Amino acid sequence: MTAYILHLAIMAGIYIILTISLNLIIGYAGQVSLGHAAFYGIGAYVSTLAALNWGLPFPVALVLAILLAGACGLALGLPTLRLKEDYLAIVTLGFGVIVDLILLNLDITGGPDGIGGIPAPVFFGVSFRAKPLYLILVGLMVLFTLVLTLRLVHSYHGRALRAIRDHEVTAQVMGVNTPAYKIAVFTLAAGLAGLAGSLYAHYISFINPETFGLHTSILVLSMVILGGMGSIVGSLLGAVTLTVVPELFRRFHDYQDLAYGALLVALLIWRPQGLLGGGKMSLKFITRRE
Amino acid sequence: MSLLTVDSLCKYFGGVKAVDGVSFEVEKGEILALIGPNGAGKTTCFNVVNGLLPPSAGRVFLEGEDLTTLPPYRRARLGLARTFQNIQLFGGMSVMENVLAGGHLRRRTGTLAALLPLPGVRQAEARAREQAQEWLNLVGLADKADWPADALAYGEQRRLEIARALAQQPKLLLLDEPAAGLNPRETEDLMALLASLRDLGITLFIIEHDMNLVMGLSDRIVVLDQGRIIAAGVPKEIRNNPRVIEAYLGREEEEET
Repeated sequence: MTAYILHLAIMAGIYIILTISLNLIIGYAGQVSLGHAAFYGIGAYVSTLAALNWGLPFPVALVLAILLAGACGLALGLPTLRLKEDYLAIVTLGFGVIVDLILLNLDITGGPDGIGGIPAPVFFGVSFRAKPLYLILVGLMVLFTLVLTLRLVHSYHGRALRAIRDHEVTAQVMGVNTPAYKIAVFTLAAGLAGLAGSLYAHYISFINPETFGLHTSILVLSMVILGGMGSIVGSLLGAVTLTVVPELFRRFHDYQDLAYGALLVALLIWRPQGLLGGGKMSLKFITRRE
Repeated sequence: MSLLTVDSLCKYFGGVKAVDGVSFEVEKGEILALIGPNGAGKTTCFNVVNGLLPPSAGRVFLEGEDLTTLPPYRRARLGLARTFQNIQLFGGMSVMENVLAGGHLRRRTGTLAALLPLPGVRQAEARAREQAQEWLNLVGLADKADWPADALAYGEQRRLEIARALAQQPKLLLLDEPAAGLNPRETEDLMALLASLRDLGITLFIIEHDMNLVMGLSDRIVVLDQGRIIAAGVPKEIRNNPRVIEAYLGREEEEET
């Protein structure tokens, strides 16, 4: 039982990082991304390959995962962030599918079979295979993510991002370099997703493309919406809730997904701004038509 | 040298010549009004000047520097600010945050340093708040700093937009119909505010339909009709210019038919 709770806590921590990073893009900069799991996957595979094939220690693999996922975010962001709403949604969706297909078809990624035997992190000769230790590691990374993003959104950069979200044209007229901000936040979010991917891979020790497909992107998006767009603490809540609640619905067996879906629908009806979201912002990119 | 120079500016939308070869200058320290009937091309002219629309031809200079190909945020850095005809506040932010966002350009904190818990960063934030409070005092919103921006009354939203533009500390402020939707009393307050801005040394370039405001405030007036300048001069000249009267009221013969 304890192991099960520890497992949920670790997964919740990983999802918190993913959710916060996606919230930066959606809730703060007001851009859409339906392919966030792709960066999660890139992080997981890069870290895995770095550890297994090149024998690099975990911290180096982790940093590589962050940097490469970030670089992919930059590469995707540069040409696409001039697109708006629906178009950006389609492009990021497509990116997710492409990454999924690449992971499925490359030899180095093991195709659909994935890669197993990923080593647990080792610090100073101590293996972090044990769940309590791994939870501490994940907790530290969550803390790092929280501090970084909270400082970001409360700095004048955060204000510039929310200005872009509320009125991109006006933000630009006021002197905010909107393309640079959007690309920077997209890159940062992709890097953080890469961090989450690395943490996942070294925890589960086996990865295959299934984990990093569209359904994960949608799940993380749900976590962002549930917690509230534009609220970092909300993302934390959303991620924990959607990690734990489906487990509570296990007793409904075949109806588990139904109960889970019903919960989301109920939430969107009665609290469309999310648990901690700020008023009218949520779902803007779905409902707004200009 | 003029503060703003607009040289043979053209903006075509397909076959429509919204702005068709317009040239004028805005001198430092003056209030210049751009007037004309609806659809004369005034807002298009603003949009080209501040970079929201690329011109079809012609050029725009600020203090001799060619702005024509610069994106709006670069023009803002060079000292251009504006307000919008249909108010564009950041509705998700407080009144104070709107003005702080307007001061984005004036921050001297390093890009990454802003993320660190440094005393300098806190001081910069405190200074920015003080400064923003001053702008709010100036436009008469001092006691509503913590309100959500979209909870303000219409006239207050207009003033907040001006405060936000002032936070950029611009050399030239473009105001697109600042009196639109205001009642006579609010318009009077606005005139007093604009006059005080001129006294602060801010050059104003205003599109406005309220003739009381235009005649009472502007140093010079440029009249646009169907994308072309039909008259330019001091208010007295414009008031009695037959072409202007014609553009606004139509020709006498036309009215008879």
